[in-house]
Amino acid sequence: MSDVEYSDDDYYDDEDMYDGTQDDADDDGMDMDNEDFQIDAGPKRKPYETEHESLSQAEVERLMRREIEQTRNILGTDESVAGLLLRHMSWNKERLIEQYMDNPSKLTDAAGITIPEPPSPASAAPVRSRSSRPSSKPLPHKRPSPSKKDEPFVCPICFDDAPGLETSGLDCNHQYCIGCWTAYLSSKIRDEGEHFIRCMAEGCSIVAPDCFVHASLLRDEPETWPRFKELLARHYVSCNPSLKFCPHPGCTNTVSCPGASSKSSLLSIVPTVSCGARGIPGQEKGPDSITVAREHKFCFGCPIDSDHRPVICNVAKMWMKKCADDSETANWIKSNTKECPKCNSTIEKNGGCNHMTCKKCKNEFCWVCMGPWSDHGTSWYSCNRYEEKAGIEARDAQSRSRASLERYLHYYNRWANHEQSAKLSLELYKKTEKKMEEMQITSSLTWIEVQFMKKAVEEADKCRETLKWTYAMAYYLCRGNHKELFEDNQRDLEHAVEELSELLEQPIESDTIPTLRQKVTDKTVYVSKRNEIVLDDTANGFLEGRWKWNVHVDGFDDPDPADLAF
Amino acid sequence: MAGLPKRIIKETERLMADPAPGITATPHDDNLRYFDVTIAGPDGSPFAAGNFRLELFLPEEYPMAPPKVRFLTKIYHPNIDKLGRICLDILKDKWSPALQIRTVLLSIQALLSSPNPDDPLATDVAKHYKEDEKDAQRVSQEWTQLYAK
Repeated sequence: MSDVEYSDDDYYDDEDMYDGTQDDADDDGMDMDNEDFQIDAGPKRKPYETEHESLSQAEVERLMRREIEQTRNILGTDESVAGLLLRHMSWNKERLIEQYMDNPSKLTDAAGITIPEPPSPASAAPVRSRSSRPSSKPLPHKRPSPSKKDEPFVCPICFDDAPGLETSGLDCNHQYCIGCWTAYLSSKIRDEGEHFIRCMAEGCSIVAPDCFVHASLLRDEPETWPRFKELLARHYVSCNPSLKFCPHPGCTNTVSCPGASSKSSLLSIVPTVSCGARGIPGQEKGPDSITVAREHKFCFGCPIDSDHRPVICNVAKMWMKKCADDSETANWIKSNTKECPKCNSTIEKNGGCNHMTCKKCKNEFCWVCMGPWSDHGTSWYSCNRYEEKAGIEARDAQSRSRASLERYLHYYNRWANHEQSAKLSLELYKKTEKKMEEMQITSSLTWIEVQFMKKAVEEADKCRETLKWTYAMAYYLCRGNHKELFEDNQRDLEHAVEELSELLEQPIESDTIPTLRQKVTDKTVYVSKRNEIVLDDTANGFLEGRWKWNVHVDGFDDPDPADLAF
Repeated sequence: MAGLPKRIIKETERLMADPAPGITATPHDDNLRYFDVTIAGPDGSPFAAGNFRLELFLPEEYPMAPPKVRFLTKIYHPNIDKLGRICLDILKDKWSPALQIRTVLLSIQALLSSPNPDDPLATDVAKHYKEDEKDAQRVSQEWTQLYAK
């Protein structure tokens, strides 16, 4: 599933879009035209979606080659020199050209490239005096002792003196045996993750060009070469603010998202992106292939490697930090058992649905608020909203802090609960999937007729992810009409998701499947719509500057003292 | 010991046959990658007349990875901490496989002559050296007399 489509030429058609460097106003104009055109032609982008493209490593390498080619043409150097210069300058082409025009030899010296100099000692002398630092940097062309014909070569690293020992060296002409070069390059690449590898001689600053690395690894360590190429691509990606490497383990894709490349853009959008791949490479064919192969979603703007919509990066980060700080309490809350509010039996939750029925006393209650379930099934549903405590109590300092903790726990509980429920519903799905497979064999149901379950579980999972983060958002939102509307939307989504979850837990029999299928399909569509409403509304709110916080958030106005929550 | 690389054997031979002045390095009989080292404090430094004991270990990756070296004798030096660990660039990122045991030990000897309090490992000693070099050198001398006999 995660196969990278090398043959897909679509990406190349509008390559200019990925040109992360400063190609000035002309290109920008072109990009704008492209965008207009795309909006007319394709489906309209939703306000909570961020435009992005997935690039395979081969495509990133194409971009790199293009930049190297352009630089090479401007500077009139060969490809290898242009590549090393770009890497030395962190792929900042403008600064590179500026500095190169200013003093080419200074730059090539610093970048570890040897420029052929006239061999006369007169021209070498000024170079020596220029480097006034005490560092023992040798001259690029200083040869070690030239090997005499009658004396056999001894590798200065391994002391091997076998006759006919193959040796090689960089432009500095420090010669070592091939075996030592391979071991050295491999240890730099594999152990240190280094792609800018200097000569083995002490203090020598000459850097090994790609072709040298390739030739040295080819014979005994060909498997290290792809790793080197990956390091090069990663370096390029890390230097370009509109590119980000997919953080999922084993994935080598890159996402391009120019719309989220600046810090200020992250105040109004949540750039959730996907590299297009699923699962872990090499494990697609496992027994749990369908359920485990999750889409590689991540946030382009921060290190959270999942979808934290609708809340923006800054606030999500604050919430994560708060939860980590309060980990002791969190641990205590997270304990998986609760007591039945009626008979006090200890109960463990074993499904994704929050509608609990005590095995002992048959009491029906909500797992989240522990209130009777009868209040949840109808329009009185109000489990999502925290009722602010009365003012009298708040006068006492102790009870104030207790109220603040209680307030936090209210949101945290719901946040953690959706996470837990999402996990449990996946487990439930695995069980259901097995059952459906059996039914395909024993009854006349076809594969297509049981697919609705998969869609429903995926949708519920997606919505629980949204719900989870709405609680982080609500915790920091300042009180008022906007928050109430937000919580209304949150409640509707939560209610719908709980109903869908409950449907998913119903026993599946072959004669009830058609009705169940109808119900589940309808509910899935409805839930998906409710999710869209929440995401739409919050995304628009950020664009309109509608959301106000009860704490200081970088990039926003400070809250009114009256709105401070703590 | 079987499987010891030619590089280590030759280096050890040369160290024994032609030791650097003021430096000895002797491999253990049961582990030829482990060396007992002594370095004489350089003349003209607060460490003069001291005899410092160190341990040196050549890891499996040597010479692609640097040797591990540690002072066993207590020493009052801004680039050497309480545990005897040494802050020296060639033992870390500036390591080159062309360097050898001999060059490493010579560099450590040179570090004794010229402490570098701007790149400290023992921050309190470095502070002392920066604020009152004379007094710090006096302490270094005292420690040398006390511990490095």
